[in-house]
Amino acid sequence: MKVAEIFESMEYGPAPESAVPAHAWLDRHGRRFGLFIDGEWRDPESGAYFDTVNPGNAQTLGVIAQASTDDVDAAVNAARDAFKGWRALGPHGRARYLYAIARGIQKHSREFAVLETLDNGKPIRESRDIDIPLVARHFYHHAGWAQLMDTELAGHEPLGVIGQIIPWNFPLLMLAWKIAPALAMGNTVVLKPAEFTSLTALRFAELCADVGLPKGIVNIITGDGRTGEALVNHEDVDKIAFTGSTDVGRIIRVATAGTGKKLSLELGGKSPFIVFDDADLDSVVEGVVDAIWFNQGQVCCAGSRILVHEGTAGRLIEKLRARMERLRVGDPLDKAIDIGAIIAPVQLERIDALVKQGVAEGATMWQPSWSCPQDGYFFPPTLFTDVAPAATIAQVEIFGPVVVLMSFRTHAEAIELANNTRYGLAASVWTESINLALDVAPKLKAGTVWINSTNVFDAASGFGGYRESGFGREGGREGLYEYVKPSWQASIRPSKAAGGAAGNGAGSNAEAARPPASRAGDMPAIDRTAKLYIGGKQARPDSGYSLPVHDRRGRVVAEVGQGNRKDIRNAVEAARASAWPKQTGHNRAQVLFYLAENLAARSDEFTQRLRQFTARSSDAKREVETSIERLFMYAAYADKWESRVHQTPARMITLAMHEPVGVLGVVCPDERPLLGFISAIAPALALGNCVIAVPGEGAPLSATDFYQIADTSDLPAGALSIITGRRTELVSHIAAHDDIEGVWYFPVDGGGGEVERLAAASMKRTWIAGPRDWMDPVQGSGEEFLRHATEIKNIWVPYGE
Amino acid sequence: MTRPRTIDAAPRPHTGRIPRNPGFPLELDWVADVRVNRSAVERRTATIGTRRTVKKDWQAAWLLRAVTLMDLTTLAGDDTPGYVQRLCAKAMRPVREDILESLGAEHLRITTAAVCVYHQLVSVAVQALRGSGIPVAAVSTGFPAGLSPFAQRLDEVRASVAEGADEIDVVITRAHVLNGEWEALYDEVRAFRDACGDAHVKVILGTGELGTLRNTARASMVAMMAGADFIKTSTGKEAVNAVLPTGLVMARMIREYRERTGHIVGFKPAGGIRTAKQSLEWLMLMKEELGALWLTPQLFRFGASSLLADIERQLEHHVTGRYSAGHRHPIA
Repeated sequence: MKVAEIFESMEYGPAPESAVPAHAWLDRHGRRFGLFIDGEWRDPESGAYFDTVNPGNAQTLGVIAQASTDDVDAAVNAARDAFKGWRALGPHGRARYLYAIARGIQKHSREFAVLETLDNGKPIRESRDIDIPLVARHFYHHAGWAQLMDTELAGHEPLGVIGQIIPWNFPLLMLAWKIAPALAMGNTVVLKPAEFTSLTALRFAELCADVGLPKGIVNIITGDGRTGEALVNHEDVDKIAFTGSTDVGRIIRVATAGTGKKLSLELGGKSPFIVFDDADLDSVVEGVVDAIWFNQGQVCCAGSRILVHEGTAGRLIEKLRARMERLRVGDPLDKAIDIGAIIAPVQLERIDALVKQGVAEGATMWQPSWSCPQDGYFFPPTLFTDVAPAATIAQVEIFGPVVVLMSFRTHAEAIELANNTRYGLAASVWTESINLALDVAPKLKAGTVWINSTNVFDAASGFGGYRESGFGREGGREGLYEYVKPSWQASIRPSKAAGGAAGNGAGSNAEAARPPASRAGDMPAIDRTAKLYIGGKQARPDSGYSLPVHDRRGRVVAEVGQGNRKDIRNAVEAARASAWPKQTGHNRAQVLFYLAENLAARSDEFTQRLRQFTARSSDAKREVETSIERLFMYAAYADKWESRVHQTPARMITLAMHEPVGVLGVVCPDERPLLGFISAIAPALALGNCVIAVPGEGAPLSATDFYQIADTSDLPAGALSIITGRRTELVSHIAAHDDIEGVWYFPVDGGGGEVERLAAASMKRTWIAGPRDWMDPVQGSGEEFLRHATEIKNIWVPYGE
Repeated sequence: MTRPRTIDAAPRPHTGRIPRNPGFPLELDWVADVRVNRSAVERRTATIGTRRTVKKDWQAAWLLRAVTLMDLTTLAGDDTPGYVQRLCAKAMRPVREDILESLGAEHLRITTAAVCVYHQLVSVAVQALRGSGIPVAAVSTGFPAGLSPFAQRLDEVRASVAEGADEIDVVITRAHVLNGEWEALYDEVRAFRDACGDAHVKVILGTGELGTLRNTARASMVAMMAGADFIKTSTGKEAVNAVLPTGLVMARMIREYRERTGHIVGFKPAGGIRTAKQSLEWLMLMKEELGALWLTPQLFRFGASSLLADIERQLEHHVTGRYSAGHRHPIA
């Protein structure tokens, strides 16, 4: 086109970023890439390679090694060998390396960006202005955390070897999110990039070598799902960190169940994008662009469900359609396009099939009048209106540039619709009213809530999901705890000796309980029936059966109800109706202090009870005293486990809000019948969780005695339920109940695997806690408990008038 | 490879007159409804120049277009008839002929959109531009503060029109905006418009003195209802003049007003636009937010004095491949 013609038409022209340096890098490697293990490039054992393709033009960029089980083994061994030295290097030495990596990323930022766009198909604008700068920022930020580990994470140690599996949508950024905190906390890693997008991870491996990172600390193994499976199942991996689909996340949860491997999962989403009638609608439209047409909508936290006030919907739809008409889809390397290429034909087909299904189910589809390029994998921006919550496209994650729009009547309904999903990764809220924004944000079940913004990320802020969007956080202080363990714990892995046998405390002796004879000998003592405690009331077990309780000499001294799954169900219903989570920290503190006060008033009785079950009679008094102190401790924490404000480098207040996990099943330890019970329930209650407690099976009477304390201490109904019975059976019912957010299990002898397997269905948070000395305040109380009782939600609030 | 088509193929410039905005009865609800979220606006404007770019021939063509959208301006105490005559000569031949020939643009009759001066120099400019078709714009109504007696401000408008000014850039009383006196603002602008007669009126909001983007948006809406042909950011004399967030908000109000009334209003950023790159960002903002119709002098003007010099250098660079020097281009 001639200048004079363009002068008339004022069209945009091509503005390609040069791919020459990136191709030169590929050529230097002969377009054939091995595995980066123990600081060197190795050919895969199997000799197998697969193609990696540029989605923008469907051309092959090179071949990538398919790592086998043997290769994974070699990589894990290398990481294990390197661990000792890396740990010994200390915080400052590790900080220096992370700093060098950050510098290296910046120095080669354009090369990384172009390579990322070639391999992934995302617009060069995004890789250049968003992905790569965030990668550098992540390493800088964590160089800082490495430096500060001894002071800021005192009492914690690295886990060891971390297996990390990342997705193809933000290849290098997800690598940074995984590797930076792992290394900062002194771990070594084996990372598997997604098979569609290995190149920047391999370039990163080269950078690690260039900055002199000792061998074996970072190992990059490429391959498909089989490689990932081998990594997940490797015996010598201490933790798996995975980002990807909920389906695969669930498989990993099941695969690692019972192994003691620590696990963090960042999974799918169907994030709501809520538009109230007082929002700046033009800015909302740009928000939608950032929400669903960023990275072609291949974003786990994409705002893919627009929920708009009914009276505003018409105007918003008009504005959106006009804006969509101006979006430009094309060559990802073109600096003037908005939307690049979909990663692969298989994804394109999935998007297409879901869009067709949306149309078939009666929704109104709208796409711009222009057509997409034909020589790559492109899909046009798509808006569905007339969508009902029951529609398939309103429920499943499409992972493409497709957004659905639904309306609501009231803000209460907006919240209900927003939370009407199994996922809980992110949400975006648009309103000019701070009252409304800060009312809605805490009520959304999502790990990240963006007010008047969307898809904003930073290394200082935690990111991760509620519900089936996974668990664990990446970024910020909260993300570090995924890569450490308490120093007092020798290992997070269960000892090999521990078998899988079920609890054996009760039921073996069929002898019926008799009320013990009174000392006088004449009159029998009054029968004291320990019932279940559900919804603030004593309840008979649904089963109609009781279990005998034996004292330390094996005599039957009482009977407790044998709880079953219906009792668990009833306790959940009571918890859902409870006023406890809405109480202020101050109120919760008062109740916990009151529990302590009432326990103290009856300390003799509780001491006597303990003496029935323990030979250490002098110890019983101390256990009661410690229990009282522990209640005081968590009463103190109830209004002091404070949220943080993260220092993100934007004009934003980023609130890392501490929220209760929700309804928690707490399966108490067998040892320390009173202290173990109190130590487990009190931190959960203190932070506003509703607790369904299953007392230790051997000596449940301290717990059942406790409900009288609860009754007299103003604890609202449903805050605490106590279900006695067979522990292994009840914990399974808890793990398999989809309306319970978390389960803590203090196993007697292993058996956590079944809990983790059952919990996988709803991605319930599980804490299979290792054995500990409950009398020791470091092991038996404190921040470890509080963190497990907390879900952190990051709320981003931009400001400025 | 196939390129996406765009829907907003530009109409030919200088053809097909767009009807003037007749104004609209004051609707206070429209003013009250205005919502502007500054952070979101800034995020949008931060990516205007990163989501879009024009390179090579496209850049040259866009820069040529920018020249034709310029109100070449001098508004200084030392303006003299001789200087204004030189400025007018530059307006008629803004780009060196050999550069235009190299670009194949010699037939495009590249001139600036207008020349903008104080009232005292209107007759000089009218004389100097006679026959060129380039309109003369006069700043008026007690420019830049706009606080002289109201009757005097109207007389100033009439006087400039009588001298032959085709366009009048008026300033509003900022206090009306700061104090939410929308009827007063409406009446003031309406009176200016009436005083202009057939001359087009550009309403300068003085956005750098309005405090918030929301005030800018509300003042834009009232000025358009009162019959502004253009809304204009600034006098060039405020501490903050034409910046993209302000421009985005005003452009969105122009769109809103059109959606509500069907009437079309032009936009003029003024002050602080000095580089070719900045001018391209403004053009991309217009194309993205309002469409290519706002890339014609009927609906878009730059108020600028030093921008032209940078554009000339960039055009020569495009032609020769060598970075150009200021002294290679004739000044006013």
